[in-house]
Amino acid sequence: MSQLLEAFAWIGDPTRWSGPGGIPVRLAEHLWYTALGVAIAALIAVPVGLYVGHSHRARGLTVAISGAARALPTLGLVTLFGLWFGIGLTAPILAFVVLAIPSLLAGAYSACESVDPDTVDAARAQGMTEWQILTRVEVPLGMPLLISGLRLAVVQVVATVMLASYIGNGGLGRFIFLGLNLQDYPQMLGGSILVVALALVLDVLLRLLERGISPRGAARV
Amino acid sequence: MIRRRTTPTASQGPDHEQDRDRGLFQGAVIGRRSLASAAGVGIIAAGVAACSNEDPLAKDSESAKGGDSSASDGGGKSGAIVVGSQQYYSNEIIAELFAQALESAGAKVERQYQIGQREVYVPELKKGSLDVMPEYLGNLLQYLDEKAAKGTAEDLAEGLSSALPDGLRALPYAKATDQDSYSTTQEFASQNSLKEIGDLAGQKDLKIAANPEFEERPYGPKGAKSQYDVDISVVPVSDSGGPLTLKALMDGKVQIADIYTADPSIVKNDLVVLEDPKVMVLPENVVPIVSEKVDDKGAAAIKKVTDALTTEELIKLNTRSVDDKTDSKTIAKDWLEKKKLLK
Repeated sequence: MSQLLEAFAWIGDPTRWSGPGGIPVRLAEHLWYTALGVAIAALIAVPVGLYVGHSHRARGLTVAISGAARALPTLGLVTLFGLWFGIGLTAPILAFVVLAIPSLLAGAYSACESVDPDTVDAARAQGMTEWQILTRVEVPLGMPLLISGLRLAVVQVVATVMLASYIGNGGLGRFIFLGLNLQDYPQMLGGSILVVALALVLDVLLRLLERGISPRGAARV
Repeated sequence: MIRRRTTPTASQGPDHEQDRDRGLFQGAVIGRRSLASAAGVGIIAAGVAACSNEDPLAKDSESAKGGDSSASDGGGKSGAIVVGSQQYYSNEIIAELFAQALESAGAKVERQYQIGQREVYVPELKKGSLDVMPEYLGNLLQYLDEKAAKGTAEDLAEGLSSALPDGLRALPYAKATDQDSYSTTQEFASQNSLKEIGDLAGQKDLKIAANPEFEERPYGPKGAKSQYDVDISVVPVSDSGGPLTLKALMDGKVQIADIYTADPSIVKNDLVVLEDPKVMVLPENVVPIVSEKVDDKGAAAIKKVTDALTTEELIKLNTRSVDDKTDSKTIAKDWLEKKKLLK
């Protein structure tokens, strides 16, 4: 318990809230790495997921690949990519992309699949093109699931971004790794608490977005 | 080195497939020396074996089954001398050197390798369930008595003899040292005619790749500034001078890297270890810590090993483990035979 109190005291220390290695800078770096990883993953996973969900093609393959990707240990990937690309941001961001893809992919294809086939048929009968069905029927109706996939990806990545500090980057992981190696557990725990808090805040915000975004008249998922 | 990370080796316990996040944390806790050999996926998870709160020795004898050692359960109950090692491949090789030297002197030896960090095995030494442990001067003294840990190897050895609890003693230390270093490439060294750390003074934008805690160590940037007037900033790379640190140096992302002096990559990449005439970096000479169970005959046998063990020899031993994946038993046996230290 006292360790926990010390950790909060560590967070509360005003000297840590300024300067180039202070908490605000590390927090911003942490958010930036998270955003970068999730955004790149979304650029890949969302179009693929929507295609799979809409066309019902290659679903088994997609599920298998994203399932396998989930099993990859991110620290291993960071190290492996680090040996290819050297220290810096490339290696960890790539690893976070791999981490974020499965959730985003699942969100995207289940968004399409969640739409009642009768609704899709009705849209088709009205003369909508496949593109219109996707963008005007499936995506709006499946939006909550799409956002839910995004939420899962963000929470996973934000909790893992500490690994960026493993190979020479910033982020809240700096406190965690430094605290760990110095046996300065208040610092380590303080860094961890900040990561947890950040994950919770992002989770709540995206949940709110998820709720607010269901189109009127659509059944709540 | 890549294969080392993916192929289970002697340094891994059977738990390497455990939950990866837990493995990361526990693995990181095992500290820099063990991490030096454990920069990757499976090996990091193996740290769980030695770092959990369970009985480390019971756990260890279990993990030894996967390795090359032939540990039996429970230390010392049969009256044999129990030789332990850290969870660090190089330390295990040294332990095996001691073990075979003792056996050659007629002692009965039990092996308890890969025990993890000091917090775990020092109490076991005190309790008498471990009798021989290869240690490092600076780190051990820092653990036992932080204030006393400064000065030359000789000072440290002296400090150790008073800091060690009753029943334990340090035998004469070896020339071989496995310590932090300011290392650079041959190219950078000759371009700037660098020989010692002080020659870096005046260089702009100097960066050193090292574990994050290097920042806080007395031989970190503050020490470099105060003792050698060198301005250097730390780029934290948490693999303890492993392949990522080395790559940062070879890629030119940093000019200096903290690579342990007994690391085979120093020889392999023709690195220059900058000299440290002011002994800013704590000397980490290999020193055997033994219990009363080791008599004069046993101590003499161990001393023969430490007398012959230089850093160059230690690098050669380590290289065989890293490159050829030879087990510690064979490495130790070949070396002892070559040095004619076996009867």
